[in-house]
Amino acid sequence: MARKILFEHIDKPGIRGLEGYRAHGGYRSVEKALRTMAPEAVVEEVKKSGLRGRGGAGFPTGMKWSFLAKPEGVPRYLVVNADESEPGTFKDRYLMERIPHLLIEGMVTSSFALGANTAFIYIRGEYFHVARILEQAIGEARAAGWLGRNILGSGFDLDIHVQVGAGAYICGEETALLESLEGKRGNPRLKPPFPAVKGLYQCPTVVNNVETIAAVVPIVNDGGEEYAKVGVGRSTGTKLISAGGNIKRPGVYEIELGLPCDEFINSDEYCGGVDGRAFKAVVPGGSSVPIVPYELFLRTAKGEPRLMSYESLSDGGFVSGTMLGSGGFYAYNDAQCIVRSTWNHARFYHHESCGQCSPCREGTGWLDKVLERLELGEGRAEDIDLLWDIQRKIEGNTICPLGDAAAWPVASAIRHFRDEFEYHVTHREKVKDPRHFAREPFRRTARPQTV
Amino acid sequence: MSARTRPVTTTEGVRPFAFSATALAECRELIARYPEGRSKSALIPILHIAQAENDGWLSVNAMDAVAELLGLRRIEVYEVASFYSMFNLHPVGTYVLDVCRTTPCMLRGSDELIAHLEKKLGIHPGETTKDGMFTLKTVECLGSCGTGPMLQCGARYHEDLTVEKVDRLIDELRARNQRANYTDR
Repeated sequence: MARKILFEHIDKPGIRGLEGYRAHGGYRSVEKALRTMAPEAVVEEVKKSGLRGRGGAGFPTGMKWSFLAKPEGVPRYLVVNADESEPGTFKDRYLMERIPHLLIEGMVTSSFALGANTAFIYIRGEYFHVARILEQAIGEARAAGWLGRNILGSGFDLDIHVQVGAGAYICGEETALLESLEGKRGNPRLKPPFPAVKGLYQCPTVVNNVETIAAVVPIVNDGGEEYAKVGVGRSTGTKLISAGGNIKRPGVYEIELGLPCDEFINSDEYCGGVDGRAFKAVVPGGSSVPIVPYELFLRTAKGEPRLMSYESLSDGGFVSGTMLGSGGFYAYNDAQCIVRSTWNHARFYHHESCGQCSPCREGTGWLDKVLERLELGEGRAEDIDLLWDIQRKIEGNTICPLGDAAAWPVASAIRHFRDEFEYHVTHREKVKDPRHFAREPFRRTARPQTV
Repeated sequence: MSARTRPVTTTEGVRPFAFSATALAECRELIARYPEGRSKSALIPILHIAQAENDGWLSVNAMDAVAELLGLRRIEVYEVASFYSMFNLHPVGTYVLDVCRTTPCMLRGSDELIAHLEKKLGIHPGETTKDGMFTLKTVECLGSCGTGPMLQCGARYHEDLTVEKVDRLIDELRARNQRANYTDR
């Protein structure tokens, strides 16, 4: 059984309430930090832990915290990103539903470190039911003195508010999130200035993912060095992976970073293997990361076993690798059509583009349209190169990473499954049946082509 | 955007809107959270309340009442209401069925689920049944990828759906005949 750090007590009865949470050592990190540590010492532990942002970008958390500007007389804010909208990702929801106090505790300890007296949890509107759970936990924590004025007699004050969104993927981008929290459309801001200097209400702000803030609890309890002993290389600690798609055991798993991919997808402790057919492809980190053929998920292009870590999953760059991303993992069996899935991805980004930048606003629409006609049996031979051209012109040409996120799934699908795209042009009648590969899986004509 | 989902931009023939006393108290509590001069932050949470008080959609009357409450120009409210997918800018049924159609749900059969609902209810996504009971809406990833296909109705997620389960759900909702809102507790 692998080591659990965040989920050690998740199955204990009553863990959702304050009493049960306290019974299993809850709020120890607050006691330790507020009574025995200076705020800078907490930041130092987080730096030593090597913790990296768990929302998808993997930026070192301690470094992000150290960028926070501290001008005299200006409030600072901690904003927790609970917008969780990356397709394939449902780990934060699971954590907040089952062990909400872990997030609240992490927020108290982190806010103390950052010198923030007001913190917000920005949660996607569809998670209204989760927001209620958080509000209840906040109420319990306040009544018990873990929130409010002069916490533990330390002189540190903190209020936490839950803010609901209203359905917009883009609000997971941290500056769009701040715009939304200010009551505006979720249009990402131009950077610099970064939120650490000018964030919420133009004040210094740290925006962190739910899982990142939860990880601060064990880091403060046991020390950053202990946390860094778990994992592999620069991928320290554990990661929550939400697993879905055509696997036997979908769910949320806490893994030690560095777990072999083969073990994750095939062992009964995790995904339990394929749901009765054969695996075809994997998206390991949310819809924005490159899709890879099953073989390339198991082994790198050099033939080494691939590991569930930031470095190993991206080994080979975009030619043969992918990314750990948010940990939104989904696997495809051989009944699935890559063109249909790519069209679905493109339609998603088209729907979710905020419309500020022309390459994204227009480009996602073109990708959607061209992929639709290919999948519906109306494609042309030149469409595949056209798709390649469009995605290349979106990538890197937008204010925020949504443009890249729209481009990469298309690029990787063509790179690894070009023969399947070509089949859609040469077998237009066959692909008109929406389940065209369900009875007869697509047979590859050649080795995966790499571009 | 098809004609059937076009926002209703007129106030003609649309019922007037006023917040109930409890809703107004809730709005005031929300506004008090934010620093001086930052009450606009309450806009999205208050729009959710207004939608729940206006039969599940935001009419111009409802949006104008929100603008007045927060001291905002009306356009500041319209531009936000029209950006976010959970706000309905046209009348909807007693139940809005938000069916997830994004890739992870698609891998688990959401295309078939949507096709079944279209047939069963006799409507396409964006439309409302003639009896005013159901609005079918396709939405993007709801963070329920391990339990798809799924749909959201009000504050509730209905997960691991099959044709049989969704048929039963429709029957239950029809029998209950009570509006479901995202803000339901």
